[in-house]
Amino acid sequence: MKPILEVKDLSYIYSAGTPFEHRALDKVSFQVRSGEFIGIIGHTGSGKSTLMQQLNGLLKPTSGTVLLDGQDIWSDKKLTRQARFRVGLVFQYPEYQLFEETVYQDIAFGPKNMGLCKEDVDRRVREAASFVGLTEEQLEASPFDLSGGQKRRVAIAGVIAMEPEVLILDEPTAGLDPVGRAGILGNIQDYRKAKNATIMMVSHSMDDVARLTDRLLVLNGSRLVMDDTPQRVFARAQELVDMGLSIPQVTQVFLHLRKLGLDVPNVYTVEQAAQVLTARKGGAGHA
Amino acid sequence: MLKDITLGQYFPGNSFIHRLDPRTKILMVIVYIVTLFMAGGWVSYGLMLAFLACAIRISTIAPKAFIKGMKPLVMILAFTAILNLFFTQEGTVLLDVWIVTITTGGINRALMMMARILMLISCSFLLTYTTSPISLTDGLESLLGPLKKIGVPVHELTMMMCIALRFIPTLIEETDKIMSAQKARGADFETGSLMERAKALIPILVPLFISAFRRADELATAMECRCYQGGGGRTKMKQLHYRRGDMVAFGSGAVLAAAVLLLGQFGL
Repeated sequence: MKPILEVKDLSYIYSAGTPFEHRALDKVSFQVRSGEFIGIIGHTGSGKSTLMQQLNGLLKPTSGTVLLDGQDIWSDKKLTRQARFRVGLVFQYPEYQLFEETVYQDIAFGPKNMGLCKEDVDRRVREAASFVGLTEEQLEASPFDLSGGQKRRVAIAGVIAMEPEVLILDEPTAGLDPVGRAGILGNIQDYRKAKNATIMMVSHSMDDVARLTDRLLVLNGSRLVMDDTPQRVFARAQELVDMGLSIPQVTQVFLHLRKLGLDVPNVYTVEQAAQVLTARKGGAGHA
Repeated sequence: MLKDITLGQYFPGNSFIHRLDPRTKILMVIVYIVTLFMAGGWVSYGLMLAFLACAIRISTIAPKAFIKGMKPLVMILAFTAILNLFFTQEGTVLLDVWIVTITTGGINRALMMMARILMLISCSFLLTYTTSPISLTDGLESLLGPLKKIGVPVHELTMMMCIALRFIPTLIEETDKIMSAQKARGADFETGSLMERAKALIPILVPLFISAFRRADELATAMECRCYQGGGGRTKMKQLHYRRGDMVAFGSGAVLAAAVLLLGQFGL
C-alpha cells in the first residue's frame, strides 16, 4: 500500500546562521501508512514537536522532503495549504488557543477557513462535538466557562472538524486527571475508527503508547533511533532508559520477574500480562 | 520570524563592558547621548564614532547584531533625512525644481542627523546587549534612589520594568505558539486586505491577552507566597559596587565629552 505520509532525509536547523543555531532534526526518514496509530516518544528537546510541525507544513525543512500522498507539500503553495487541512495538528495544551465567543464558533474556525459552505460547516461542527462528547448546550456556551478537560475537548474538536486524514496530537492528555485522560484517548480512537484516519501521538506515558499504538517512533538527540512495533521497542528496555525514557510499568515488573529466575516472556500491556499469568496459573494448576 | 526581534535582548558574555557596573553603563549612555547632541562638526562625529566602535569591539558583540537591530528603524531614518534635506536652506543651492530646493547645507544636515540617530541607537543597544535586564533595573533603581525621598515609588516602578522586560521573550514565544496553532487550523495572516489582516489577528490577540492575564495572576500569587511586600526594608543579594573598571569608563567618558566640547570651540 502506498504510504500516506513519507518523510525523506528531513533535517531542520533553528536560527541557522546565528549564535543560537540549533539542529532540531537530523536526517529523519520514515513512512506512515493509512490507518496506522503511531506513537512518538523521546525526551524533552529530542525534536518531537519540531517533527510534528514539519508534517503539516508549519515549518519548512532545511533539507529533505515531506510527501503527502506522494506529493511534496512544499512544491506548490496550494499543496502546503492543503497539507494544513489534511494533516490536523493538535498542539500541547491546545485549550490556550480558544478565542471565540461560543464553543460552536471556535470549532467552526477550521472548517470556515477551508472555505466550506454553511451547511457543511454545521455538520462538521456537530459531528466533531459528538466525537469528543460535547452536548448541545455546551456548544452555545463560552469556551472560557468550561472546565480544563472540556476546553481541551473543544480544542481537539476544532481540529477534528477539519476531518484530517492524519491527526497528530502532542501530548493530548498532559495535565488531565485519569478520567479526562481516558476520555480523550477514547475520543481519538473513536475518530480513527469512524474516519479510518491515521493517528500520530506524542506521549510521555509509555503505558498509553504501549496499549494504543501499532508502531513507535523513538527520537533521541534530533535523530530517529527506533521505528518498530511497541513489542520490539520495549524489548530494548536498557537503550530506552539510557535515552532518559522509560518502559511501561508492567514491562518493568516482568523484566524483574525474569531477573528473579522466572521464565516469562516480554509483555508491554496489562492485558498481555494477565494472559501470560493466567496461562501459567492454569498450567500449574493442572499439573 | 518573531524570534528575530532584538528589542531588549541580552547577549551574555564576560567582556570588560559586560562586567561594568550597570549604573556606570546607564550613566555613560546618558553622557554619550548628551555629548552627541553637543557635537557640531564632522570631526567631533568621527571621534564619537571611533569611541563607540572601540566600545563595541571591546564588548565582543558581533556588529551584525547592531545592524539587525537597526532594520525596524529604516523608516524613521529615511523620514528624518528627507525632512532635513528639504527644509534646511543653507549653503549653495544644488537643485531648484518647482518647490523643491536642495542645498549643500541640507545634505550636510541630513547626513549628520542620520549619523546622530544611528550612533544614539547603537549606544543604547550596547547597553541592553551587554546588561541583563535584572542588573539593568537594579542599576536604574539605585540611580533613581534619591527620588524615593520625595515619595516616588522607585522600587515598584523598576520592579514593573523588570517584569515587563522579563516577559517580552515569554510573550513572543507564546505568540509564536498561538500563531502556529491557528495556522494549523488554516488561519491566514499573510494575504488579504488590510481589514482582513486586522481581523485575522483576533484569533491571536484573544488567547494572548487571556494568557497574559493568567500569567500576571499566577506571578502575583507566587510573589505573595514569597512574602513580597514591595521595596520597604528589602535588601539585595547582589550589592552594586563601583570598581576600577568603572573609573576607567567614567574617565574615558569625561575625556570624550571634553574633547568634543573643545572641538566645538573650533567649530569642528
